[in-house]
Amino acid sequence: MLVIENLHATVDGKEILKGIDLQVDAGEVHAIMGPNGSGKSTLAHVLAGRDGYQVTAGSIMYLGKDLLALSTEERAREGIFLGFQYPVEISGVSNIYLLKAALNAIRKHRGEEELDAMDFLTLVKDKMKLVEMPEEFIYRAVNEGFSGGERKRNEILQMTVLEPRMALLDETDSGLDIDALKVVANGVNALRGPDRAMILVTHYQRLLNYVVPDRVHVLAHGRIAKSGGKELAHELEKQGYGWIENEARV
Amino acid sequence: MGGPIDAKESYLAAAAAQADRLPGNAHSWLRQLRGRARERFADAGFPTTRDEAWRYTNLAALTRQAFAPAQPDIGAVTNDTLRAASFDLPAHRLVFVGGRYQAALSDPPKSDGVVFAGSLADAMARAPEQLQSYLGEIGTVEIGALAALNTAFLNDGAFLHLAAKTVLERPIHLIHFAALNAMSVPRTLVVAGEESCATIVEHFVGFDGPVYFCNALTEIALAARAKLTYYRVQEESAQSFHVGGVHVRQARDSEFVSNAVDLGGLLVRNDLRTVLAEGATCALNGLYSVSGRQHVDNHTVIEHAAPRSTSRELYKGVLDGRARAVFNGRVLVHPDAQQTDAQQTNNNLLLSDDAEVDTKPELEIYADDVKCAHGATVGQLDPNQLYYLRTRAVDDATARDLLTFAFANDVLRRFKLVPLRAELDRRLMARLLRGRVIREVELV
Repeated sequence: MLVIENLHATVDGKEILKGIDLQVDAGEVHAIMGPNGSGKSTLAHVLAGRDGYQVTAGSIMYLGKDLLALSTEERAREGIFLGFQYPVEISGVSNIYLLKAALNAIRKHRGEEELDAMDFLTLVKDKMKLVEMPEEFIYRAVNEGFSGGERKRNEILQMTVLEPRMALLDETDSGLDIDALKVVANGVNALRGPDRAMILVTHYQRLLNYVVPDRVHVLAHGRIAKSGGKELAHELEKQGYGWIENEARV
Repeated sequence: MGGPIDAKESYLAAAAAQADRLPGNAHSWLRQLRGRARERFADAGFPTTRDEAWRYTNLAALTRQAFAPAQPDIGAVTNDTLRAASFDLPAHRLVFVGGRYQAALSDPPKSDGVVFAGSLADAMARAPEQLQSYLGEIGTVEIGALAALNTAFLNDGAFLHLAAKTVLERPIHLIHFAALNAMSVPRTLVVAGEESCATIVEHFVGFDGPVYFCNALTEIALAARAKLTYYRVQEESAQSFHVGGVHVRQARDSEFVSNAVDLGGLLVRNDLRTVLAEGATCALNGLYSVSGRQHVDNHTVIEHAAPRSTSRELYKGVLDGRARAVFNGRVLVHPDAQQTDAQQTNNNLLLSDDAEVDTKPELEIYADDVKCAHGATVGQLDPNQLYYLRTRAVDDATARDLLTFAFANDVLRRFKLVPLRAELDRRLMARLLRGRVIREVELV
């Protein structure tokens, strides 16, 4: 589904990604771990298409297409979803408005009919139960006055409504208490399926107790320093990142 | 006539020439009021940028000519033009052309001794004693030269009187058509009795064509526990000058909401001032959307004159082209106005590199037990918000529209008069989004 080859990227002229190779197939969940500053979030934003994140070499193929040739919104319409580490507040735009605009833009792109208000509301309320969000939240402005945990739940709500082919979750687990973490994990697990792939960017192994990944990669200094199965995450939990960073330097 | 026109002298001469023919002249207090106004204007003249309150607003373009006072016989307005120019609101309608009441175009509430809404000239003739303690007393001629200029020509306008405990179910919609190629001096006096409750909409419109000058003055007196929601929509023609004063006196526990929207005019200056007695509250909401070479200046003064009064102020502006905006929000807390609670916010969104904003809060606090907060911002669309929306499949142009509209909508959503808000939504979308429509305007 996603094939990344020799990806180099700079932010503000500084090279952050220095040759990433990664393949994620449909049905798989990959965890990308690594210390702060290793390039995890940069990779997520390069995939989503953030302005100012310059790809200087390499390629990204997504569902057989050149992902880098697509704009941010085209990527979203093609099924890429980025759950933000720090979701922004947008006062004056309600959650429900944003969800509907997003879902209908995606459906239109797929040649499907736009959902009418009733069907849409039924769908959203159903998904809200999954993320244990009170109904009044959808009428509030996007993330306005939301706690950190509520913002993350809101990201998961958006993801479950939009049903992406490829979900990227950028440190969605950070700053969550155990209950919120379980809610996020439930949302992610509910979305797992044979047609869908997920990349969980995380600093800690915590989330992986609830969402068991197929593959774990460790990023260090802008490269994948080590890849393995779910047991790699446990090893990192015990030993920290130091040994991998040292290996990567050699 | 050779040499530059002396606008001040021309206006003074015109005012003096009219003085004997103005309505209500039989009453010495009215004669004296106009006389004082002429003197005040003669002393002060037009403000210049050397005056602190006019530092950013230069009236040179206005004073380059002297407009003739609007004449009584202006026949351009019909029911059709009215419908096209203003809003169709479920409201009583009072229409003014060049500041003069047009009975044939109006649909006032029945005068029943409890409510009066009609011509100020009429009231001057029939019941001047109802006016005397208010007219020129709330918006005194001492306040400013332009208020004095309006008062020097004071001849007609709107008078609204609500007896105590009157609750007006239908809003009152005042439509002011400016006279072309002339100076109009619309005047409105609202006297709301104890525990009365009403909604008033003042709409200023003008036809495209010759330049004109609208110098409006509104005075509002709220008795104890009265509640008034006051909408003011300024849509003068693109070449015109508009100067508007709104002066409010709030008695104990009264509630005043001002919702002001500026869309039109070339050079616009608004002065809104309210004085709050004990326990009174006010909410001043403002939105200005300007482009091209428009200049809009909003000066507000909130005087907390007694304990336990509350003010909330939110003014937002969207500027495009080479437009310029000024916001000056003065909050004055008197020494005995303990437990004052005041909040002021001014946010500006610049859609072009050439637009410019000068924003200035002015807090003068002479009491010690108060809560006063203020904040001002000037900025462009937030790239992080744009990116977030685009990752949610919203295309770039729509994301920009959405954020721009949402910014302005933050003010409009506070407007409780839904049909008016819907009209303003449409106008705003036409301006900001060049006609593109955001579906389901109910964004929040």
